[in-house]
Amino acid sequence: MTLTSVQTFIIICMVTLGTVITRFLPFALFQNNKGNNSNITYFGKVLPYSAIGLLVVYCLKGVNFKSPANIVPEAIAIICIILLHNWKGNALLSIGIGTAVYMFLVQMVFKF
Amino acid sequence: MKENNEALNLKSRTFRESTGILNLKVQKEALKAAFPHTFPVFTGFTFLGIAYGILMNSKGYGVGWTALTSFMAFAGSAQYVAITFLTSVFNPIYALLMTLMINARHLFYGISLLDKYKSTGKLKPYLIFGLCDETFSIICSTEPPEGVNRNWFMFFITMLDHSYWVFGSTFGGLLGSMISFNTRGLDFVLTALFVVIFLGQWKTQKNHKPAVIGVLCSIICLVVFGQSNFIIPSMIAILAILTVFRRELEKEGVQ
Repeated sequence: MTLTSVQTFIIICMVTLGTVITRFLPFALFQNNKGNNSNITYFGKVLPYSAIGLLVVYCLKGVNFKSPANIVPEAIAIICIILLHNWKGNALLSIGIGTAVYMFLVQMVFKF
Repeated sequence: MKENNEALNLKSRTFRESTGILNLKVQKEALKAAFPHTFPVFTGFTFLGIAYGILMNSKGYGVGWTALTSFMAFAGSAQYVAITFLTSVFNPIYALLMTLMINARHLFYGISLLDKYKSTGKLKPYLIFGLCDETFSIICSTEPPEGVNRNWFMFFITMLDHSYWVFGSTFGGLLGSMISFNTRGLDFVLTALFVVIFLGQWKTQKNHKPAVIGVLCSIICLVVFGQSNFIIPSMIAILAILTVFRRELEKEGVQ
């Protein structure tokens, strides 16, 4: 644990609060009308796509382009995921094999 | 006479349905009808939950923390990302903003279910609380069989999915604490998860601009602001650009 128990609990509460806000907001806003708030509808439609793009970059932020050992495992694993996902289209299979390939590479091949 | 009887039957049935709380048989039927629909989620949540529990454990967070987080937050991707908040400098505002961003898609789920959840009475708060991606997709695409109370049917879909997630991650946490193995690289499950979601969205959504805007803004902000400060600028940049191109994007259509 990097954080103290209290800090950890606060972070968990923040994640819960953030989730609760996004889930309850439409119901709180549109209790009585039909939900024509065009701002919410628009961002509800486009934001999911942009947000996942951001998250992919967030996950790969630590990749160091200057050292091959720090980029090759990620690159190989992501290529595996893309190929497998195009072939089988099974999300869990792609996640499982992709992670296994990455773990194998960092534990057995690029050990440093 | 027969018509009268039927009308009376119908009346008593709707009465029973609306007051199903007193009648355990109603819940039992609804649970039985709901379970088969949730089975694919059981597999998925067990797998991702186990990985989450093991990962939490490898960062020093025991099974209690894992179970508590899964029970309270019940948001898979946000919980995975939250591991990175738990292992860096304490920053609750950042955790909140990031969660809002990750879960923004739930706004859309809520809007789509306004009608379906309208007359769910006292079950409504829980139905909304537990509205994760998987529950949303089942509830959107499934109607209960005839004679099954719809509100309880939706309740059990939500509750079963929630319990699979708590169960899977708790199990993973226990597994991680009992068996010791080299978890180096397991963090990559998060990257894999988002790459797979990204690919899925890319396939189903013909308009790639929102996705490309997300990736480009983030990469530019990463280069400009550096690893530890780029998230909030990226969010602002994404919101700004989506606002600027709103008319165009709405015209082109994003499903």
